[in-house]
Amino acid sequence: MILRIENLTKTFRSRGRRWLGPQTSFTALNDVSLSIGKGESFGLVGESGSGKTTLTRCILGLERITSGRIVFDGTDLTTLPAAEMRRMRARIQIVFQDPYASLNPRMLVHDIIAEPMEIHQDTLGLGARQRSDRVIELLELVGLGAQHLYRYPHEFSGGQRQRIGIARALAVNPEFLILDEPTSALDVSVQAQVLNLLHDLQQKLGLTYLFISHDLGVIRYICDRIALIYRGDIVEEGGVDDIFERPSSDYARMLLAAMPEPDPAKSPFNTEAAG
Amino acid sequence: MSASATPDARASAVAARRQNWRRAAYRFQQSWLSIVGLAIVVLLFVAAVAGPSLVPYPADIAGGINTATRFEAPSIAHLFGTNELGQDVFTLVIAGARISLLSGVAVVVLGALAGTIVGALAGYYGGWTDEILMRIADLKLTLPSLILAMAVAAALGAGLVNTIIAIALTWWPGYARLVRGEVIAKKEELFVQVAQALGAGTGRILRRHILPNIVSPIIVKMSLDMGFAILTVASLGFIGIGVKPPTPEWGSLLSIARNYMPDYWWTAMFPGLAIFLAVFGFNLLGDGLRDVLDPRARR
Amino acid sequence: MAFLDIRDLHLAMRTFEGEAHVLNGINLSVERGEIWGLVGETGCGKSLTGLSISRLVPSPPGRYLRGEIRFAGQDLLATPEDGMRRLRGGHIGMIFQDPTTNLNPAFRIGEQMVDVALHADAVDPAILGLAPGASRRQRRVEARRLAIAMLDKVGVPDAARRIDDYPHQFSGGMRQRVLIAMALIGKPELLIADEPTTALDVSVQAQILRLIHSLVLEYQLAVLLITHNLGVVAQLCTHVAVMYAGNIIESGPVRPVFRNPTHPYTRALMKAVPHATHRRGELQGLPGSVPNLFTPPPGCRLAPRCPVAQPRCAERVPPTIAVSPGHDVACVLATPAGSAAA
Repeated sequence: MILRIENLTKTFRSRGRRWLGPQTSFTALNDVSLSIGKGESFGLVGESGSGKTTLTRCILGLERITSGRIVFDGTDLTTLPAAEMRRMRARIQIVFQDPYASLNPRMLVHDIIAEPMEIHQDTLGLGARQRSDRVIELLELVGLGAQHLYRYPHEFSGGQRQRIGIARALAVNPEFLILDEPTSALDVSVQAQVLNLLHDLQQKLGLTYLFISHDLGVIRYICDRIALIYRGDIVEEGGVDDIFERPSSDYARMLLAAMPEPDPAKSPFNTEAAG
Repeated sequence: MSASATPDARASAVAARRQNWRRAAYRFQQSWLSIVGLAIVVLLFVAAVAGPSLVPYPADIAGGINTATRFEAPSIAHLFGTNELGQDVFTLVIAGARISLLSGVAVVVLGALAGTIVGALAGYYGGWTDEILMRIADLKLTLPSLILAMAVAAALGAGLVNTIIAIALTWWPGYARLVRGEVIAKKEELFVQVAQALGAGTGRILRRHILPNIVSPIIVKMSLDMGFAILTVASLGFIGIGVKPPTPEWGSLLSIARNYMPDYWWTAMFPGLAIFLAVFGFNLLGDGLRDVLDPRARR
Repeated sequence: MAFLDIRDLHLAMRTFEGEAHVLNGINLSVERGEIWGLVGETGCGKSLTGLSISRLVPSPPGRYLRGEIRFAGQDLLATPEDGMRRLRGGHIGMIFQDPTTNLNPAFRIGEQMVDVALHADAVDPAILGLAPGASRRQRRVEARRLAIAMLDKVGVPDAARRIDDYPHQFSGGMRQRVLIAMALIGKPELLIADEPTTALDVSVQAQILRLIHSLVLEYQLAVLLITHNLGVVAQLCTHVAVMYAGNIIESGPVRPVFRNPTHPYTRALMKAVPHATHRRGELQGLPGSVPNLFTPPPGCRLAPRCPVAQPRCAERVPPTIAVSPGHDVACVLATPAGSAAA
């Protein structure tokens, strides 16, 4: 097991509008436990407000947890001193959903991909020249090339930007990649290319994926095991085929029923055209 | 190492940047008022740089007096007429551009620098840092800037450098507020969160991710402010605590000339027109720049 | 003539790079009671087609080069702006992707709906059904009653109370219902829905699709559903038109088109959707990218990235051929109905 989440609870407190008003609390994650094996594609499925974003922020150390443990490769991240947590960040990387907002519009592609290497200079020990070489290597790995080095993000299509985002995430040789809806902002033909790229990269680099999505078709295609999260609770967990073919929770059945399949014969409405 | 690919890539980067410039120029040209503004500003800078060597009576700049030609009305020899000391008003107005622009630029740059630092810290750290810094800024904003500048200039003594410092001290809160708001907005951007997740420190996030993305509104504000900074410098000159004669400065020229109104109207009108033109030009340019740099108009 | 009839519509957009030919001869006929899915990828012109019908394409930079749009016989491209405003408030309803940005956060839902109702009533007094001399107050009361009835109709629970809530007090799905209710106030005959469920969760999406379907049955609406989601089209639509780079390349009743996709682009799109039978790494995308519309490829615009392209594809725009009744395909490889099928 490369990542083990044990009884993770995250509660947000707020005082509402009034400064000294009564404190209200909201439980975003409620006693969540998950384990993800090395080299696995683990899917996390949930709708908006389910807590999946909070979970990723907790894993990345951007959110302080209320209780529980997050154990990565034998180390509990929640008790790690800041300096070591910083080193740990190189091993866990994230690709975000929106390829338009996740790249700094004022930075060249070269600088965007080189930045993680600069930040983790102390562990990687790469000189400026070596970093540039590696940037080209990474661009080629994700299907782009050296001709794209000195361009700005706005010159690229959504799919190409997502490739840049993936190259940046891979820059520091992570073992674990969180993919937060990496294809939901893309067109289907581009989505197919990116999904295949992710699959190839996993084969080549032995990466572990935590793949977050609400698109069950994508999840089924890319994942080995999945967990369904609903309002902060894991409602079902298991092998991807098991859950798709024999869902045991009402929530899983509801999600599967709501998934629009591209087959008019399975429409709940009578769509047989008059003509 | 794809050494062979790099020159190509560099060339395409240059081409892409040139394309961006052309697109910006295209958008700028959409409004003829911005072109007028740009033309005025270019003219002012030419006057500031080359003025003293272009004017017909360079001796007048240094304070040369010619009693024989006092108060001559505008003519071919003296386009803007002459003043009470027989100096050529055209010469003085052109020469005054240097002081006015120099002080205007200095005030705006100093104000923007100080304001950006304060605003960035307040916006990024929030909490008590924000409270304290912004309350100080608010305090400054409650005092009329001219009065404050007068007080500071009076305390420091007259002179160009003191005038600039005095005005810059009243100028930074506007930038602090602007930058603080922009920083707070940009802090929530996804690419900033990406940098945080990567483990980037505060300095790097501010320097590489936040500030480069907020320079546009700062530049626009600087351009819009230039006119008012020149006006403030002139105002201090006008009330006599700015630049002292014989150094030609629009405000002090106007101040002296008001004694001879309305009979010798040209002594006052042309320095006044120069101030008007500068304020007008920088405002038009600022509006044009906003159209070009506004991120919402960017593709 | 069809209820909504678009004939050979050409739209150009002027930008810094030049004039882009964004709609290149759109033909579409929609009857009442039909739900047309307009599908295609980013930049194919599907949203511009919808905006053209409601005449919301800003001009300049937009410019119609050719063609006509007829709605219930009326030529929309020749209709002056105030006539269009009447149509938009009444006969043509519109809903957009993001239910958040299309409601003013500063006003209660009720106030916004009453405004819409009063505007619709000014166009067509039958909306509120009041006598011409009715007072402003009477009108407002009646408009509010209508708004509550509409919210009720689209399934907002406890509508009489919720009407006084602000937009932020509604969930995303509820906001979309409010927008649909607003679009229905003017008793439209045509509903243009641009990605109405893209921002919503799948469970909420299913509810909204059910709602649209029931409204079509009840009011005999003609619906133009603009989406990139083939699943949504398959579930809800009676007809589908697939767009690529400003052209409709395949269209027809939804079942034959989905059962027998004929245009290579339609096939590629369908192959790109992950399916239970796909093994990992087997999914096929379409290589290459959307053509530049400033200098589009001559002939078929798909030709440069088409897997079965032939030399003649680049020569001229392929004619539209009916491969079965109503199922039209713009590809040189398509075989007309009646001839020996391959």
